[in-house]
Amino acid sequence: MNVSREDLTEPLRLASVSRSFDSLEVLRDMSLEVRRGEFVAIVGPSGCGKTTLLNLLSGFDRPTSGTVTRTGSTRMVYQQDGLFPWLTVRENIEMGLRHVQDNAERMRQLAEMFDLINLHGFAEHYPHQLSGGMRQRVELARALAGETDIMLLDEPFSALDYLTRLRMREELARLLETRPRTVVLVTHDIEEAAQLADRIIVLTERPACIRMELRLTVPRPRSPVQAEVVDAVQRILAELGLENETDDRLVRANIN
Amino acid sequence: MFLIVVLWGVLSALTVFPSSLFPSPLDVVRGFLEEIQSGRLLDDIIASLFRVCTGFAIAAGAGVPLGLVLGHRARFRQALLPLVNFFRSLSPLAWIPFAILWFGIGDLPAIFLIFMASFFPIVLATTAAVASIPTIYFRVAEDYGLGGSQLLREVTLPAILPQVITALRVTAGLAWVVVVAAEMIAGRDGLGFAIWDARNGLRMDLLVVGMIVIGAIGVVVDRLLVRLMLLPSVRWGYER
Repeated sequence: MNVSREDLTEPLRLASVSRSFDSLEVLRDMSLEVRRGEFVAIVGPSGCGKTTLLNLLSGFDRPTSGTVTRTGSTRMVYQQDGLFPWLTVRENIEMGLRHVQDNAERMRQLAEMFDLINLHGFAEHYPHQLSGGMRQRVELARALAGETDIMLLDEPFSALDYLTRLRMREELARLLETRPRTVVLVTHDIEEAAQLADRIIVLTERPACIRMELRLTVPRPRSPVQAEVVDAVQRILAELGLENETDDRLVRANIN
Repeated sequence: MFLIVVLWGVLSALTVFPSSLFPSPLDVVRGFLEEIQSGRLLDDIIASLFRVCTGFAIAAGAGVPLGLVLGHRARFRQALLPLVNFFRSLSPLAWIPFAILWFGIGDLPAIFLIFMASFFPIVLATTAAVASIPTIYFRVAEDYGLGGSQLLREVTLPAILPQVITALRVTAGLAWVVVVAAEMIAGRDGLGFAIWDARNGLRMDLLVVGMIVIGAIGVVVDRLLVRLMLLPSVRWGYER
């Protein structure tokens, strides 16, 4: 009884989860709870097991030990190539609106998604006719369309140019405002994490465990040069041992 | 094409080979008109096309579903793939004696041989196509609530369609080659039989007519199947 109530309030929960592939230990004894409507960003060095963590959260992969609990419908946004190549952009996005019965409502939401990703002229194009960045935007629109409780984002903006990235962050923040969702975002981009997340989790090198947790309470959307965002970026960089580097190195750490 | 006809005309005018064994282009045109007037040519074309279409349709209708099962079920694949490979490597013409003994002369042995020629390559190609569908498509399908027959209709089939179309195109060409051989031995009509009959009657002009018609129809059928590759929903499979 008590357990199911807790499940309701916490859509995602990892309890001392470890995951090894043969002799390679990727995650070690990780515990994490994500509250309903919370936006959690996970940052960490390349190859530290961020995607493994997402696969465990989505239920695609199972832990070697520990338990993963997930309550609610889940959609994952992949880095790329998760679109169905045989469907047009419009048909792909409509995948996310399958359960919307009312035709007019579906058209309205579809138009809203096209506004979000700014690809109005491309509705009848196929994914292979789009650039990598455009495909990423379509993937995001498909996942955001319609109703879902939990969204898992695997570097959804990595193929976008910087300005589009900034715009997409802002739009994502705006959209979550109107339709709150539980979000876990995996990213290399510390600035992105600081702009979007309620809580940032910094992972260690493999085998990954939680190195640092950071909470941000300022409302979204946040500007990348806002004091709280810059402060969060600096604290994460300090934790990663990069605080004394020159500005140049700071920029590069961000891009990584 | 024009050059070949000119070369052919020159060779026959010089009588490098005796004219009874090497018909001139004019002889062939005359033979062609004769065959059309008698109605035999059209009957032969219809007979051959009917056999190819029937045998090929049965092979595709059975081969694609079997390929779907083998592609999805590793256990079946391990058990049956060596067998499929064996029969694919076996020339369908090796079945001719059995085809005649079992089915006599006429449509049935030819249809059987066309089936034997097309079925196994279609099974193999479909199996390979299913087994190579990226798992990400199935993960996405699960996220968006596609299951059961929807998964088959909306994910598996469209994902393999480009490869299946390519396989059908190659196999149709193979079937068209096989029908000629089948009719030469186990037919009483059809284009293959027409060639054999012309040879027995020493009508080399009609033999060449048969060859030209067979080649031309093969090209037309292939062109028609290529059109399938232009469908918008399969173009992704042929472009990068």
